[in-house]
Amino acid sequence: ASAVMAAACGRALLVPFGGRFWACPRAPLRSLTAAAPLYDVVVSGGGMVGSAMAAALGHDIHFHDKKIALLEAGPRKEYHLPESYSNRVSSISPGSATLLSSFGAWDHVCSLRCKPFRRMQVWDACSEAIITFEKDDLDDMGYIVENDVIMSALTKQLDAVADRVEVFYGSRAVGYTWPLPSHSCDTSPWVQIELADGRRLQTKLLIGADGHNSVVRKEAEIQNIEHQYDQSAVVATLHLSEATDNNVAWQRFLPTGPIALLPLSDTASSLVWSTSHEHASELLTMDKESFVDSINTAFWSNVNHSDFTDAAGAMFRSVLSLLKPSGTAMRQLPPSVAKVDAESRAVFPLGMGHATQYVRHRVALIGDAAHRVHPLAGQGVNLGFGDIACLAHHLSAAAFNGQDLGSLKHLLRFETERQRHNVSLIAAIDLLKRLYSTSLVPLVLLRTWGLQATNALPPVKVRFFFCTR
Amino acid sequence: NVFSRRVRGVGFMTWLSLLRVTVQRLLSTSQPSVDPKEMRKFQLLAHKWWDEQGEYSALHSLNDIRVPFIRDTLLNVGSTYQRGSPLSGIRILDVGCGGGLLSEPLGRLGASVTGIDPLEENIRTADQHKSFDPVLAKRIQYKSGSLEEIVEESVETFDVIVASEVVEHVADLEMFIKCCSQVLKPGGSLFVTTINKTQLSYILGIVIAEKILGIVPEGTHEWEKFVPPEELQHLLEAYGFSVKAVNGMLYNPLTGSWSWMESTSINYALHAVRSEDQAQTSQTEPLSEMESEQCSVTAGTS
Repeated sequence: ASAVMAAACGRALLVPFGGRFWACPRAPLRSLTAAAPLYDVVVSGGGMVGSAMAAALGHDIHFHDKKIALLEAGPRKEYHLPESYSNRVSSISPGSATLLSSFGAWDHVCSLRCKPFRRMQVWDACSEAIITFEKDDLDDMGYIVENDVIMSALTKQLDAVADRVEVFYGSRAVGYTWPLPSHSCDTSPWVQIELADGRRLQTKLLIGADGHNSVVRKEAEIQNIEHQYDQSAVVATLHLSEATDNNVAWQRFLPTGPIALLPLSDTASSLVWSTSHEHASELLTMDKESFVDSINTAFWSNVNHSDFTDAAGAMFRSVLSLLKPSGTAMRQLPPSVAKVDAESRAVFPLGMGHATQYVRHRVALIGDAAHRVHPLAGQGVNLGFGDIACLAHHLSAAAFNGQDLGSLKHLLRFETERQRHNVSLIAAIDLLKRLYSTSLVPLVLLRTWGLQATNALPPVKVRFFFCTR
Repeated sequence: NVFSRRVRGVGFMTWLSLLRVTVQRLLSTSQPSVDPKEMRKFQLLAHKWWDEQGEYSALHSLNDIRVPFIRDTLLNVGSTYQRGSPLSGIRILDVGCGGGLLSEPLGRLGASVTGIDPLEENIRTADQHKSFDPVLAKRIQYKSGSLEEIVEESVETFDVIVASEVVEHVADLEMFIKCCSQVLKPGGSLFVTTINKTQLSYILGIVIAEKILGIVPEGTHEWEKFVPPEELQHLLEAYGFSVKAVNGMLYNPLTGSWSWMESTSINYALHAVRSEDQAQTSQTEPLSEMESEQCSVTAGTS
């Protein structure tokens, strides 16, 4: 009878919070849950974003007496820095580097290896338009770091707070049971988690960091707007023809998709080439020499230029140089590639996704579970790190005020802040992807003039740059 | 003989009812701080405490300012800070704890909290809510009863007393403060949040909050029992307290949130410290009646 009443009360509560509470009474009776250990926060997903979230909370002073758990399906990996570079790298923004250093992980990254870059050149294959980004004080704009290096640094910092953060390796969550709204009688108010090996956990707050196919998001029945792109990304580790300063990140928009060369060292760079599925499998299977040739041709060839767009672009540039003499730049060419590392070529499909809600009562989504973007802006993991900085800030304040960590009040504040930041950026990246996927003359003209104008107008350029921090 | 039997019967019944009335009166004078009318008001809402969007939503959001106020004041007073538990080692008495809305955050911050409330139903709700969290279940104890009842066994036991949104429901404020000073350790802190007795508090606190917007259930407050900060300060000083801070609070019904404000004309929070000197309390007692008369005179004209 009390469960029925509780369910009825629950339904009445749905209206004000717009359906953030659970509609079906699925919470188990108190007696069944007595044995399962209770955690203050459980992070589901031990990738870069999940591990960083657990580490950030574990090192927070207001979480000193709290119990945190991190669930990772894979085994624990002992990392020894190999000679060759891994083909999975990320572009880490200065803001993300600040987050990582806030709990001591950035020092480990620097002591392993990372490559700072000072300039970014982005240009079109269909015209002469280019845009370059660099900081006035010639400071580091960002860092190219292998994902394995970041994971190793995070694992080290998790070990440092092992008394607070318990990492469950080889543990996949197979089921979640959601609590009823707070004022019911006999049912547990916590989230119940069932692991594949039958173990059960309870938690006051569940953070879903389990990637773009998030189980937490699906079980929470949060709607996801998603779209599979008609592109795959080819990654590889490349060796340059000759050693150079190599502190520039290069990206050229081809009609089939953007190709990017990210510096790893003075002699090596990482390739991220987004292209059609057919071309991607061709690139994967062709011999090494042809692969290297394709890359150099992609960066150097002007075959996609048309006289019309060249003339139109040149005319626009001369107009701009009248208004703003320093606003035009000459296109520089990236270093040429000599060879590709054996076994370093790989392909993965690309898509875009955005969850309509990031939070529910006692649940929050971060990283790819909440949003997935095209790699053309190098923002994927930085958005995730931005989520962590924001959520950790709100949870820390809530802990210092003695509040219930799973309360929607501060979770909604996190959601509002991050959605405000993420939605416009994700839409802009998607728009850029579509705009640059065509060689139709009017659109080429539009983006040529747009790019040239943006390059010439510092306020717009600076705003775009800071947006992607 | 029939007559005498009837007289004896009537006499017995009269005696019984007289006894009942006397006992009731005795009981009520031993608990002058508890008003039975007030208890009935809260009885009806005993199960609504933990609905954050329900009748008590304003009290839930009040935690956003009253918990930091208590925490920061105690951190400034104390000498040691234990990481993650700013109130660790502090014994707090939460008078009129209701469903435990304030006891739980204080417990999470590390304090040992004793919550008392005259209504059994409230204590039951509070006990049931804390039972799911083993840390809170250990740190918080709830007892049904009034302040007077625990004075006997708790002389100078508590470091802090919190009386939040309580003194405007109390029948005899002076007795309440006297009990607070007996139960507090010397040098201990008393935190009070309540409503001022002004025209503005009548318009906003009763007419608008209860009758028009329904932020507070109707009939919760009676303007006659509101306490002006000057009167409270007078009474506190008479019983050996020294008032350290008085801050005004403002509720925004659109956002559902509280903020601090200069003026204490509506809601206010007060922090007082019980003096270390024991002798002061007994000396000021004979003066207190005269002082309270003066207070009521000034209250009538304000």
